[in-house]
Amino acid sequence: MTQVAQPRPANKRAQISAPTFRTDNWRLSPILTVLGLAGFVGYATFRSFQQDHYWVELYHYLTPFYSPCLSATCEPGSAVFGTLPWAFPWFMPFAAATLPFLLLFRLTCYYYRKAYYRAIWQAPTACAVREPHRSYSGETRFPLLGQNLHRYFFWIAGAIAVLNTYDALVALFHGHNGGFGIGLGNLILLANVVLLWCYTLSCHSCRHAFGGRLRSFSRHPVRYWMWTQISRLNTRHMQFAWITLGSLVLTDLYVALLSSGVITDLRFFN
Amino acid sequence: MSKASFRIWRGDAGEGRLVDYTVEVNEGEVVLDVLHRLQATQAPDLAVRWNCKAGKCGSCSVEINGRPRLACMTRMNLFGPDDVITVTPIRTFPVIRDLVTDVSYNYTKARQIPSFTPDPRVKPGEMRMRQVDVERSQEFRKCIECFLCNTVCHVIRDHEENTEHFSGPRYLMRVAELEMHPEDTADRRMIAQDDFGLGYCNITKCCTEVCPEHIKITDNALIPLKERVASRRYDPVVWLGSKIGRRPAKDTPKVPNT
Amino acid sequence: MSTPADQQPGPSPAGAEGDGAAAAPVARHRYDVVVIGAGGAGLRAAIEAREQGKKTAVISKSLFGKAHTVMAEGGAAAAMGNVNARDNWQVHFRDTIRGGKFLNNPRMAELHAKEAPDRVWELEHWGALFDRTADGRISQRNFGGHEYPRLAHVGDRTGLEMIRTLQQRIVALQQADAERLGDPDAMLRVYAETTVTELLKDGERIAGAFGYVRETGEFVVFEAPAVVLATGGIGKSFKVTSNSWEYTGDGHALALRAGATLLNMEFVQFHPTGMVWPPSVKGILVTESVRGDGGVLRNSEGKRFMFDYVPEVFRGQYAETEEEADRWYTDPDNNRRPPELLPRDEVARSINAEVKAGRGSPHGGVFLDVSTRMPAEEIRRRLPSMHHQFKELADVDITAEPMEVGPTCHYVMGGVEVDPDTTAATVPGLFAAGEVAGGMHGSNRLGGNSLSDLLVFGRRAGLGAASYVDGLGEDRPRVGEADLDAARATALAPLERTGGESPYLLHQELQQTMNDLVGIIRRADEMKQALDSLDKLKERVAHVSAQGARPYNPGWHLALDLRNMLLVSIGTAMAALERQESRGGHTRDDFPEMSPEWRTTTLVLRADPAGEQVTLGRRPLERMRDDLLALFERSELAKYLTEAELAELPEGERP
Repeated sequence: MTQVAQPRPANKRAQISAPTFRTDNWRLSPILTVLGLAGFVGYATFRSFQQDHYWVELYHYLTPFYSPCLSATCEPGSAVFGTLPWAFPWFMPFAAATLPFLLLFRLTCYYYRKAYYRAIWQAPTACAVREPHRSYSGETRFPLLGQNLHRYFFWIAGAIAVLNTYDALVALFHGHNGGFGIGLGNLILLANVVLLWCYTLSCHSCRHAFGGRLRSFSRHPVRYWMWTQISRLNTRHMQFAWITLGSLVLTDLYVALLSSGVITDLRFFN
Repeated sequence: MSKASFRIWRGDAGEGRLVDYTVEVNEGEVVLDVLHRLQATQAPDLAVRWNCKAGKCGSCSVEINGRPRLACMTRMNLFGPDDVITVTPIRTFPVIRDLVTDVSYNYTKARQIPSFTPDPRVKPGEMRMRQVDVERSQEFRKCIECFLCNTVCHVIRDHEENTEHFSGPRYLMRVAELEMHPEDTADRRMIAQDDFGLGYCNITKCCTEVCPEHIKITDNALIPLKERVASRRYDPVVWLGSKIGRRPAKDTPKVPNT
Repeated sequence: MSTPADQQPGPSPAGAEGDGAAAAPVARHRYDVVVIGAGGAGLRAAIEAREQGKKTAVISKSLFGKAHTVMAEGGAAAAMGNVNARDNWQVHFRDTIRGGKFLNNPRMAELHAKEAPDRVWELEHWGALFDRTADGRISQRNFGGHEYPRLAHVGDRTGLEMIRTLQQRIVALQQADAERLGDPDAMLRVYAETTVTELLKDGERIAGAFGYVRETGEFVVFEAPAVVLATGGIGKSFKVTSNSWEYTGDGHALALRAGATLLNMEFVQFHPTGMVWPPSVKGILVTESVRGDGGVLRNSEGKRFMFDYVPEVFRGQYAETEEEADRWYTDPDNNRRPPELLPRDEVARSINAEVKAGRGSPHGGVFLDVSTRMPAEEIRRRLPSMHHQFKELADVDITAEPMEVGPTCHYVMGGVEVDPDTTAATVPGLFAAGEVAGGMHGSNRLGGNSLSDLLVFGRRAGLGAASYVDGLGEDRPRVGEADLDAARATALAPLERTGGESPYLLHQELQQTMNDLVGIIRRADEMKQALDSLDKLKERVAHVSAQGARPYNPGWHLALDLRNMLLVSIGTAMAALERQESRGGHTRDDFPEMSPEWRTTTLVLRADPAGEQVTLGRRPLERMRDDLLALFERSELAKYLTEAELAELPEGERP
């Protein structure tokens, strides 16, 4: 009876069987995403459980995959907070206290959600391409309701980023002959930490917490300033998400190669 | 002047087929110009909805080569000389005839959102708002209501059964706009989740990709709204706070009988 | 509040879908007030009528919220004094009258200037988010003809903000009805994509409106004692226009056929620089600030032709060499302005002459060039939206090549003759507001006065219609069955006819005729030729045939619109031929001067009920009250008024 408000019952959607009429290569992006994510997950899994080649004693280089090192078998000096009294079994990464949270931070990240919902879950594979699922409930039910806890993982990830920063800074004071020194490893550790901060601070939950949740900015000039800066980073959240996957692998690989003696560190000073 | 090959969906009440046309194209034209030429020369009753023809009213939403777009802003030089251009009605809404669809879903959803609610003590002309405070909502008010975002959203596009419980990016953005309005006093966070279906959104960003006004729907409206809803509903610290008597929640209900 | 109309006794079936005549079922709806048009004026009128307790319908030719109002960019003029505290309604009034060359209805200009601020604040109270001043009030911008910064705005999309706010206000009222009465449409309903083809009368009084629903092609009757016309302008009768699809002069034609009068129809505002290429964007405005910032006009020979077109009256005020003109941009005190910055009608006339002389650009305009005038970076900084507009729509990089521009039909100052306070037309029960109403803007509208006009007179139309309905009591007009049958037959005719011409081709011919012969520059012989052509077109339009069935058939709809466009075009051409002077939006090549005698004369159009015969009459312009006259210097008045009028001026203090 309401012409404006209700569809006429006779009207149905246009019956079109083709899943899409897109003529561009819409499969490419999800394939690249799957390859990128799978590559990282494969590498990270292998390294996390390897329990070796994570520490360069001479320069105090610690890979972020092992920080903080908590097993009693951790190499001396690599455990910043000391270790637990027992040796970790083979299925337990030495950084068992942080890795799960980093994983959860990225799993619940608004960008990665988009990436894996599209590329892996295929909901949807690409815009305006019919998805393969019979029904869809999105993030309305358990376990995906848990995505709402992203803000907590953000705070934990922030704390872990502090730790990584500490690791990178400490290494600066372990030059070849003791004292201050800089090598390529230091630069890689520092660059990685800077990128990790960029990724962490560009988080949407961070943007909300530091200012986005306010109704009035003019009454909170400092938080408005912070929100503005975070918003600028936030527009590149996706880029940082991918760049940090790369920088983590690169950092870890460099430390592993040094630690296993395959290469030696390029030193610029001491 | 050159010729272009078009395949246009023609039909009504859901039944129809793609019809091939060969039509003249002049330099600098857009798809809507070609549709108009078809009307004038070959298909006088070809139904297409349009109005301003300048990308400002959002009437001529169709799907061109599978992508939801405004026909008046899709230039013909986007396509190669040998391309066959497929034009279909937007798939998410019931078709009325040819390229015209019944978009009443959108108007129904618009009515369910509690309207702007200023403090009753503030009289017209007394509001004082800073530019920095209105800018967020102003971005969302650039919306021309072409409904391309609602069309492309897989939540309803691929799952018609969700239409009842999901208002689509356009109207979730409207909720966000009101929640960020500096003079609004209502709290729509609970109904955003329960009635307007914010939880269905899996932030896959197709709405942002198709927006002809380049509104950052996902980053600036939907995700901030999700964060606000998380604060209201899913944040244990906030929940604990409300249990010990801090800030009793005053949730604005959905408008009844809409 | 009053009783909804549905509950009042009447012979016709009350409420919704009743059974019409056997031939084609007609849905019937009963309302207190029916508003035709869902742009700014229509929505504001509907809001007011509903708030007065009247059961109200809004009939929209397009979808709800798509009206031409969304195209308005600059802002809404209202003397709030937020940016310059010296602004007030008297200054706004004076600017408006000057802009209209003293032909405005003074009472309308007065009401407009006085009430505009309240109407803008009201929008803000309904959720509109205008740009702000530093202290948090509504910001106001400068505009041509306005003495102080006066336009409330939101970037360059003020019209969109306004239509959306009014749309959302209607939704808010519907929500209140949903809560209270259980049905959001109970007291205020929007009929989207519904077109009124005929007004219905009972004797002398308006009894309702007849139309069709686009989606189904079915007919619908609105029985209502009060009808508000808010249908906008007539731009679609011209080939090159900045107007949208709906602007087919429906309200003007409906009013004429219902026995109401139109005035000032010869005044049509053309903007000198609209895009001419590509076809898809022909008519879209190119802002005047392109020329203000150094852009120059050139013909196909590369010549800055405007130096040849400085008219006698302006000689001495404009530069005579390119060197002097170029120096003006940096040193305006010691040099004269470049002739590209002559008044709009002069520039438009010159462009027209160049094109007619065969020195136009490939697509029938002239070149507007900034690319050779300043560095690319500066163009992008100073003209960002123009840069974007040409890049996106025309593939033209204005930093590297010139734009092609030509005059474009923009706004009609003329319209339905109304009472300023109630917006009542000369037919009882008929009201008009917005562009379809005449008088407010005189011979030329100032930028920014359109959006405020919609609000001020939209509200007054709602009030006027509501109080008219109150005054009727039980004595309501009734729709006659014979009128319905006639309206139905007229509407179906193009569809049932075979072998007639295509409405699309007839429309193109009409547009070409009006564009070429009753366009920006007018001559008696051309307009006589136009009237001849229109007369022949009338025959052909009477036999137009539309193919296809009734649901959503654009060919059929255009065939019905054609009738209105043709009627209004004939009226416009007649009035333009009659007025032998140049003033504002009416430029006569054969009568280039403004004449004080002609100022006192208003041209009035009438038509017979079938819209077959249009007649032209004259009426004296309403005299401005003394207190309003006192706002002007006598020396200024002397430029416009006749000797006799000047002699009558009261002596006394001048501000």
